[in-house]
Amino acid sequence: MTNRQERRVNYRLAGVALAFLSVVALDACHKKPEPAPAPASTPVGPNADSARRAQEDAARRAAAEAAARHRADSIAAAEAAARDAAGAVANLRSALTAAVHFDFDASDLRTEDKAILDAKVPILQANTGVMIRIGGHTDERGSDEYNLALGQRRAAAAKRYLVDHGIADSRIETISYGEERPVAQGNDEAAWAQNRRAEFEITAGGQNLRRP
Amino acid sequence: MMRLSRAALLLAGVAGLAASRTAAAQDTTYRGITLVGNYDPSHDKLGIVILPVNGAFGDSIRTIVQRDLDFGDRFTIIPIDSSGDPSALRGANGSGMNYALFSRLNAVAVVQIMPVTTGLHVALHDVAKGQVLNVSEFAMPATALGRDWRMSIHRISDEIERWVTGQRGISATRIAYVRGTGDQAAMRVVDADGADEITVPTEACGVSPGWNPAATMLTYTTCGAGSRLFAIDLTTGRSRTLAGPTRNIGYSSPVFMPDGNSIVFGRYGDNGTDLYVVGAQGGDQPRRLSIGRGVENSLPAPSPDGHRIVFTGNALGRPELYIMDADGTNSEVLTNYEDSQKNYRSDPDWSPDGRMIAYQERTNGKFQIRTINPSGSAPKQRTSEGENEQPSWAPDSRHLVFTSSRTGVRQLWVMDLETGRVRQLTKSAGSRLAAWSPRMSNP
Repeated sequence: MTNRQERRVNYRLAGVALAFLSVVALDACHKKPEPAPAPASTPVGPNADSARRAQEDAARRAAAEAAARHRADSIAAAEAAARDAAGAVANLRSALTAAVHFDFDASDLRTEDKAILDAKVPILQANTGVMIRIGGHTDERGSDEYNLALGQRRAAAAKRYLVDHGIADSRIETISYGEERPVAQGNDEAAWAQNRRAEFEITAGGQNLRRP
Repeated sequence: MMRLSRAALLLAGVAGLAASRTAAAQDTTYRGITLVGNYDPSHDKLGIVILPVNGAFGDSIRTIVQRDLDFGDRFTIIPIDSSGDPSALRGANGSGMNYALFSRLNAVAVVQIMPVTTGLHVALHDVAKGQVLNVSEFAMPATALGRDWRMSIHRISDEIERWVTGQRGISATRIAYVRGTGDQAAMRVVDADGADEITVPTEACGVSPGWNPAATMLTYTTCGAGSRLFAIDLTTGRSRTLAGPTRNIGYSSPVFMPDGNSIVFGRYGDNGTDLYVVGAQGGDQPRRLSIGRGVENSLPAPSPDGHRIVFTGNALGRPELYIMDADGTNSEVLTNYEDSQKNYRSDPDWSPDGRMIAYQERTNGKFQIRTINPSGSAPKQRTSEGENEQPSWAPDSRHLVFTSSRTGVRQLWVMDLETGRVRQLTKSAGSRLAAWSPRMSNP
């Protein structure tokens, strides 16, 4: 993404935020108690009086309906905008927390997993308050206890890659679960491949992620 | 007949089979009968009779002793029907023992247990000599059938085994292990006969139990976030933190050194895993032993004299066993046979008599239990059914407890290396990481 595109995205986000704020303000106005209808003045015969009252009621109803429609439209628009914004944040979050996987008894980063880590770098750079924890995991093969060391080696390999790409060491914590927390049950390569992983968890600053 | 001739081997006061097998490391101050001659423990078991026991809990006492001696793999229990005519067991003059009958039944020894006010009176009869060879009284807890009461019976079984063979039995021991994984993991302690199982109140995700020499404490670690090293007092149930939590650091595979004063463990971090030592009382900083320079050194097991430590290391690019001095110097690869990058050898445990190291090796995609001499000679595969891992020695240096998937789920099994006999210890799926205790001292 070019800088200009990025700016445009930011403007769009800002516009969405403004629209959302104005709707909130509008909504607040509507919550004010409606002025009580003026007491009927000099009565001019029962028929004329009731016709005028019916007219006034119809006008008031129409106005109220229009206002309600307008408000509903605005809310829908704001909700959609908020959804888009939340979607963007969710995308950032899922990019930050996407796991990487490893070969048996190995902690080398594969090409596709480097790409997953590459996607995290600009997000971490744009959100300097974000702290992450990398948890290393293994499959059920291998020694249970030796796998704690292997899990740590995997977490450390992912961390080293991010640090080498400019992320401060102090923002990344590493832990190992060994084979204690499989994501996939089963005793076949499909399950094992899913379980040989490093997971990323946002431990601080994940509330208002900014796009890079 | 083989069996009858074996009775003739039962001699009093002569240097025993024990001395011929593991003289240096074993208690040789036994009294009473021992065996000499061509007794081969891998094929020959001694016939023994446990006479019916009188009293309210007589049947329980007899059943426990018979099972203990059976599980010890040195005896064949010769059944005597407790509902039969007891006079048939008496001597010709109506008193004493019918030694002729027991001799015909291929028994070399007869055990007579009698309740007395202070506990149990136990007499051991030598069938070949036709006389009593040992008598002793054992105090018993006041409350029958409890955990302490059963342990007291196990001590009697172990003493009977020592009277006959010169080798104390291993019934009065327990096995600590882990059931389940991750947050569901629970640490358990079970008696060596599979009874009286309890849960140890560890911190969450407590794994890798290791016994202190007095069998009163366990050391263990927790995995994941906030990993720590602990020692738990089994009497009070209280865990004491010995190391951690430390950012970017985890603790694994702790073991007590044989003097009970320190604990050696694996400490893993962003710069690899090394072996560290810390005082068992806590309060001091862990000190590094191995210099891994970025590789993984873990899973330590000390030699019984505490001078050396065998461990799993991957300096060669794959897990192999290494032995170093207890101060971390003179590290050398132990498993240097069949050199291949595909090797995976791990989880060593040094036998209490110092003569063998048990470990696991990947063979055809599955781990199997092996033993090797501390010199690196005579590697020998000990299992082949299912996958078998995490061996831990019994105090007799003859039995191993290990994790096996032979029934389709992980359970603990016990193997006698002399006879090859195996038995299932646990009945709960997902059992693993067993540690066989030293002998339980008297309370």
